[in-house]
Parts: sequence; C-alpha cells; structure tokens
Amino acid sequence: MIYAAIVLLIIAVAQLVRVFELASELKGEKSNEVTYKDHRNQGRMMFAFLIAFMLFFVWQVVKYKDAILPVAASVHGKDLDWLMWFNMGLITIVFVVINFLLFYFSYKYYSRPDSQATYLPHNNKLELIWTVVPAIVLAVIIILGLKMWNTITEPASKDAIVIQLYAKQFDWTARYAGKDSTLGHSNFKLIDGANALGIDTLDPHSMDDIVVHGELHIPVGRQVEFKINSRDVIHSAFMPHFRIQMNAVPGMTTSMHMTPSITTEEMRKRPEVIAQVKMINEIRAKKGEDPYEFNFLLLCNKICGASHSNMQMNVVVDTPEQYEAWLAKQKPFLAKK
Amino acid sequence: MDNHGHTEHALEHAHADHHHEESFITKYIFSMDHKVIARQFLITAVFMALVGMVMSTLFRLQLGWPGQKFWLIEFLLGDKWGKDGIVDPNMYLALVTIHGTIMVFFLLTGGLSGTFSNLLIPYQVGARDMASGFLNMLSFWFFFVSSVVMLSSLFIEGGPASAGWTVYPPLSALPQAIPGSGLGMTLWLVSITLFVISALLGGLNYIITIFNLRTKGMSMTRMPLTVWAFLVTAILGVLSFPVLVSAVVLLLMDRSFGTSFYLSDIYIGGQALEQSGGSPILYQHLFWFLGHPEVYIVLLPALGIASEVISTNARKPIFGYRAMIGSILAIGFLSFIVWGHHMFITGMNPFLGSVFVFTTLLIAIPSAVKAFNYITTLWKGNIKFTPAMLFAIGLVSTFVTGGVTGIILADSALDVPVHDTYFVVGHFHIVMGLSAVLGMFAGVYHWFPKLFLRHMNKKMGYLHFWLTFICAYGVFFPMHFLGLAGVPRRYYTNSAFPMFDHLVNINVMISTFAIIGALAQFIFVFNFFYSIFRGTKSEKNPWHGNTLEWTTPMAHTHGNWPGALPVVYRWPYDYSKPGKQLDYVPQTVPLEEGEVDGGGH
Repeated sequence: MIYAAIVLLIIAVAQLVRVFELASELKGEKSNEVTYKDHRNQGRMMFAFLIAFMLFFVWQVVKYKDAILPVAASVHGKDLDWLMWFNMGLITIVFVVINFLLFYFSYKYYSRPDSQATYLPHNNKLELIWTVVPAIVLAVIIILGLKMWNTITEPASKDAIVIQLYAKQFDWTARYAGKDSTLGHSNFKLIDGANALGIDTLDPHSMDDIVVHGELHIPVGRQVEFKINSRDVIHSAFMPHFRIQMNAVPGMTTSMHMTPSITTEEMRKRPEVIAQVKMINEIRAKKGEDPYEFNFLLLCNKICGASHSNMQMNVVVDTPEQYEAWLAKQKPFLAKK
Repeated sequence: MDNHGHTEHALEHAHADHHHEESFITKYIFSMDHKVIARQFLITAVFMALVGMVMSTLFRLQLGWPGQKFWLIEFLLGDKWGKDGIVDPNMYLALVTIHGTIMVFFLLTGGLSGTFSNLLIPYQVGARDMASGFLNMLSFWFFFVSSVVMLSSLFIEGGPASAGWTVYPPLSALPQAIPGSGLGMTLWLVSITLFVISALLGGLNYIITIFNLRTKGMSMTRMPLTVWAFLVTAILGVLSFPVLVSAVVLLLMDRSFGTSFYLSDIYIGGQALEQSGGSPILYQHLFWFLGHPEVYIVLLPALGIASEVISTNARKPIFGYRAMIGSILAIGFLSFIVWGHHMFITGMNPFLGSVFVFTTLLIAIPSAVKAFNYITTLWKGNIKFTPAMLFAIGLVSTFVTGGVTGIILADSALDVPVHDTYFVVGHFHIVMGLSAVLGMFAGVYHWFPKLFLRHMNKKMGYLHFWLTFICAYGVFFPMHFLGLAGVPRRYYTNSAFPMFDHLVNINVMISTFAIIGALAQFIFVFNFFYSIFRGTKSEKNPWHGNTLEWTTPMAHTHGNWPGALPVVYRWPYDYSKPGKQLDYVPQTVPLEEGEVDGGGH
C-alpha cells in the first residue's frame, strides 16, 4: 500500500515536471539554460545568506552564552577558559571575515550581460602575506597552547590526594588511598562479587584503602590526583566543570589531576548556576520530573555500550573540615569485608 | 614517455576490437570503460548515502524527542529494534556506527574518488582509458561486494557493528560488551577489508594512469587541479589503507583466534579473560594512521573539484595555481604525521602530544592558502551561478567554518574539555562531511553532461542547494554550543540525568533541520534519475571549459576521442585572458607567438 503510494507519487511528480517543461518550450524558452537572471538572483541569494548566517551565529551566541563553558571549578580551569576564549576570538574573526568575503564577492561579481572577468593568475606578494600571517598567528597559538598543556600534564604534587577511578560497564567506583597515601595492588584475576576492583588483600597498602560508590568527595583547594582504570572496555573519565578528561583503558593506568576551587555549596549559590537550575527545573516540572539540584558530575565520555549515556557519578567538593568528617565516617575496604 | 605510443597503439587496437556490438553485460555490468565504472560507483554511492541518511534521520528523531514514539522508527527497524516506535539503545549505537562507516568510506571515499577519479583522470589527462581497465572493473566489484556485506549486517540476529565507526577494541572485540560485536562486527571487518582492496586497486590505477598516460604536451604543471588532487588522494590511500587492513586483521585475530594484540587484563561477563599483554591503544595508533589521511582522502578530491568548478564559472584562472599544487602536496604530507591528535587523552605521553599539536596546527597554513586563493579567484570574476558553482562556493564556506574549530581541537589543552563532545561532531561534519558532500554535488551537477550526456534540471538544482546548505549549517553549527556545554557524543539520550536538560531545545532545532535537509535530498535523487532519461540534451562544452573532457564528442565512445588523442599546448586556466576573442582558451589551442603559458608563473 505504502510502496504503491510512493510509486504513484513519483509518477505524478514526473508528469508534473514534464508539463512544466512542455509549457516553457511552447513559450520558446530554453527552460534549463542558466541565464543572467539566474546569476543575479543567485548572487542576491548569496548576500541574503551571508546576512542570515551571521544573524543566526549572533543569535546562538546570545542565546547559549550562559550554557557554554559552565563555571570552571578548578584552578587550572580558569586559565584554560581564558585560553579557550582567546582562541575562540581568533577563529571567530577568521570565520566572519572569510565568510563575509566569500559571499560578498559572490554577490558583487555575479555575471552581468556586459561584465568581464579580470585575468589575475597569481600575485606573489599577496600569497606571501597569507602564508606568513597565518604562520605567525599559529605560532602564538601553539606557544600558548603548549604552555597550558605542560601545566595540565606536569606530574602531580607529592601531597596530592590519590583517588582511583575504576570504570566498568556501566558505573564508576572510587578508591581512596587512605592514610598511607598509596593504593594497594589490584589484579583483574582477583575480581569477584565482593571485590569488584580486584584489590589484592595481601598487600599491606590495601589495608586502609576506602572504596566508595555513587558519590565522590574531594576537599576544595587541595590537589587531587586520579588514577584511572577500567576492567572491561575503554571508558573516559570526564568532569566538565573541572575541565579534565582522561580515558580509562583496560590493561593500563592513566592519570589526571586538578585542584578544585569552588565547593558544591558555593556553586549552588552562584547566580549563573541558580539561573540554570531554575531553567532546568521549569522544563522538568513540565514533564512531571523531580526537581534538580546542582552537582558536579563525573561522566563517561567514550562509547562503552548500551547504557553509555547513563554512566555517571556525583562529585561533591567539600570544605576541608567537611571532607575530613566525611572521610572519618568511611570504613576501609577490608574492614567492610 | 616512451611507452606512451605503445600503449596508445594497444588501445587503438582494443578500440577497433570493440566496434562489434557489446552485450548488455559487458557494456553496463562487467564493463572496463572508465566512464561506465564512474557511473557504477556514483549510483552505488547514491544508494549507500540514502541508507546512511535515513539512519541519521532515525537517530536524530531519538535525540530531538527522546522517548517519543515514531511510526517511521517502528516501520524501518521492526519490533525488535524499534519496539513501539522507540529506538533500542543498542540499535541507536549501531545506527551511528553504520551511518559513519557508510558516509566516510562508501560515500566519500569510494563514491567520491571512485566516481570522479574514474571519470576525470582519463578525460583530463587525455588518455583513452585507465591504465588497467580490468583492475578498474575489479575495483568497482570489490566495492560493490563490500557494500553488500556491510548492508547484509543490518539484517542479522545481533544487529550490525555498534562500537562507533572507529570500532575501538575492546568494545568491538568482545560480544559480551555489546551485541553488535558479534557477527555484525565480523561482517564489518570483512566488508572493510574488501573495501580496502577496492581502494588500493583504484588508487594504484589512478597513480599509474596519471604518471604514464598523459597526452602529448600534458606536463605535470599543465594538469588541472582536479587531477592533482586525485593524484595526491590516491597516493595517500595507497600508503595508508594497508595500515587499516593490518589493524582490522589483528582485530579479527583477537576476536576469532584468541590472540591478544589489543586485549589485556579484562574481566567481563563474570569472568577474567585469558588475553594479556595487548594494548587497545595500539589499535588506535594503527587506525588513525589511516584515519587521519582518510580525512584528506575525502576532502582533497572535493577541493580539486571546487578548484575546477570555481575557476570555470568565475571565468577567471584559479588564483595561485602553483601555490594550490604546493598546498595539496603539503596537506598530503602533513596528514601522515598528525594522527595522534585524535589520542591526546588516551594516556599517550604528553610530550608526544605536544609534537602532534605542532604538526597538526601546521596544516592550517596550506589550508588558509587554499581558502584565500578561492576567494581571490572570485574577486573581480564574472560569476556564472550554475548549480555546481553554488555547491562549490558552499564548500569553501564549510571548509573554512569547519576548519577554524579544528584549531581548538588540535590544541591538546583545549581539546581536553571538548574531546568527544558535540563540538567534535560539529567540527568534522562541517569541515569533512559537508565540504566533501558539497564538492561531490558540485561535481555531479558540473559533469552530469559527461556522465549522462544531459543536464540536470537547474531549478531543482537551486532549490536542492539552498535547502541543503541552510539545513546543513542548521544541523551542525549549533552542535558547537552543545559541545562547549560539555554534552558527550554517542549518548543515546542527553536526559538520563538532568545536567543537560536546558539544552534540549538545541536538539529539537537540530533534528528539525536534519529532517528537512534529508527530505531535500529526494529533490536531488528525483532530479538525478529523471535527468538521466529526460534531462535536456547537453552541447559539447556547456560551461565553456578549457579542459580536455569538453573536447570529446557527446557520446559514450570507447576510447574517448574518435581520432587521434588531443595535444595540449597550455595550462587549463586561460579564462578571460586579455587579447583573446572568447573568455576561454581550451588546452588544445596552440600558444600564439610570444604568448606566455601558465599565467606567467
């Protein structure tokens, strides 16, 4: 039935096109030849598109400026955002200027009955300019970028809190190194129902390790080093607010570090966060869903299977006192056993 | 070029042999004629592209209106994958995987190079056919079988491959991890291996034809930029595709024969696997060693087509011909030493990351040269807005708009917060996907008279362009904002948790544009097939071009030129040259006394 309808529709359209063609042939037009009228119309369309495109761009920037790059809540995050905006500024200039020239020239030089093109095969001076200028700009971009990269990737300080992030389909588990600041050994062959991380219980460093599900606590103002592992497929530990991300790769340990600069409580009181939460809750209320309260999140950002889109963990940034109090309540993994 | 006369003789001989009536099968099915093979590639690719496009519509429905029921989803995916009109999460991942695979490999590699390298290389260098018609035929049939294998994986029990188009192990290696990594993944690997064979046979043929079968006077610096682009593309493919095969074969071994090239320390499905010592990162290095040149394998032919279309329709020589060749070569070379920028956050040594930052950002320089040269070509031109010209100008726009965001992603520090988010999806769809698709459309509209001896309908062409172009930006531009807000790609839904709920409107807008854009492609499909049979007949040189293909008769004669091969006297860009009666001077017109060739380079 549907197929028959589609076939009939195609035949109908084909006949319609044929009728139009015959009609224009009768009028003595070569309907399919590109004419000066077409050059003019399409040239004007180019200009109209330029305007519309730029308006669309500005409209999006205005509408989404608060949503993009949410408040950076780590020490390096602020510097990284500055660099991001600097680069964004540069590329916006290039984007606007080149698109303007492209569509404006397309409009300005559309073919008229008496127009002629200028024979201009090359110009070494011009070509030198647009080789050298981008090269200089890129040199600046590279230098600033690599400086930032070195800050992000330098080894973590010795007194950083060490936390293992352990990924599996489809959740995260955190393990704190405990008083000795050293994670006990683990081995995937030791994994069983009660020991999901395969922690080596014979290693003395394991004695005080603390295993946490569901929610991860870290203190503000102290460097945290994450040691990241996976036991099945590749996952990626992504914390958008802290501007850090690192893959979790089975068979190897990766790491990343950062110093949180704003506590969860403080975030919830920031006007931009309040505005955003209000917006989200309005949408949720319409759908009849529970209200939302701001939380930092650890997301999985490498395709890992059916529930990839729902593999996250709350991250709570405490004041140092709150953190110590929370930590004191946690029982070491072996004690739990 | 000693063997040139010899080859020509052989071909003349073959030509004479072909005067007897060919059967339908040798003429249209197992043909060795480059023009027929080009048409075969094109039509196969159009079909594959439609499949890929419908897939994108399905997952855009899910992303725009998560959890809502759509008749189309149930109709196309059936009760198993689209129960009650909602896409199954595993099927969602399968759709994005196969959409990517089809678009990158089957449309923009096989389809684009297969169509235009085949059609234009012999025509534009003045050869009677490809160096080896037989290998050329094999190349198409490997492509065809590979397409069939890929499509067949849609109809099996566990569903098609669903680990993303990059199929990173261990997800792609372990059926326990995702259902698509069962038979579906095996078929994917077989299909891609066949595809690479096709690409290699084609690529070697293109290179040999360009080096050996150029007609008299067609020096390397008199070749149209299309041919230069096809040449560098073919070289990139021949050097990088074999590495993909090795990656694929090792993955096949890990999956089927218990080796551990990519696997180690894995506990899944309640048991610890035996494999140890492998590294999933090794796969990524091998994959992206092809994967990045692949971006340029997709892009360069489109840029070549744009050079030709823009110059012809602006009635001006392409600005900076030698700089354009230089930038094609530079881009081709650099594309081999930048693959690590896909892997900044895999745990790769940060110093190695720094090196890749440097090499990657260097590519911006030849790319900028190309963009400025296109714009200067338009400046003070006499622009004829054929549908092809619109698409070519659209390509320059997307090349720049998508290219500049690459500067962010190439910068390892800035990559961290946007890696694997929609920022990346927006970036590569605009710079690679759109540019190459728009270039391919430009090529189809421009050379349709050479492919099918007729014109496509211009009004439908204009409508098709504007709808496509506007919707394309409408789909991919807002994705940058999603990405900067931190929304990860390949999420079945962004509303499994509330963090991104306020961004749901962007997804509604994107999906709406996507659906309109997809519908607009049916204008093209209709125009395409209608014009093959009923389009207005074309004259010999409808766009007043200079290149050799426009000197061939308007018939599909075997051997391209009925008499002797044309002789070339000048570069292909003498448009609006002062002192000439017409605003174009074909390459076969001898230089006048004292006339300088090549625009005085």
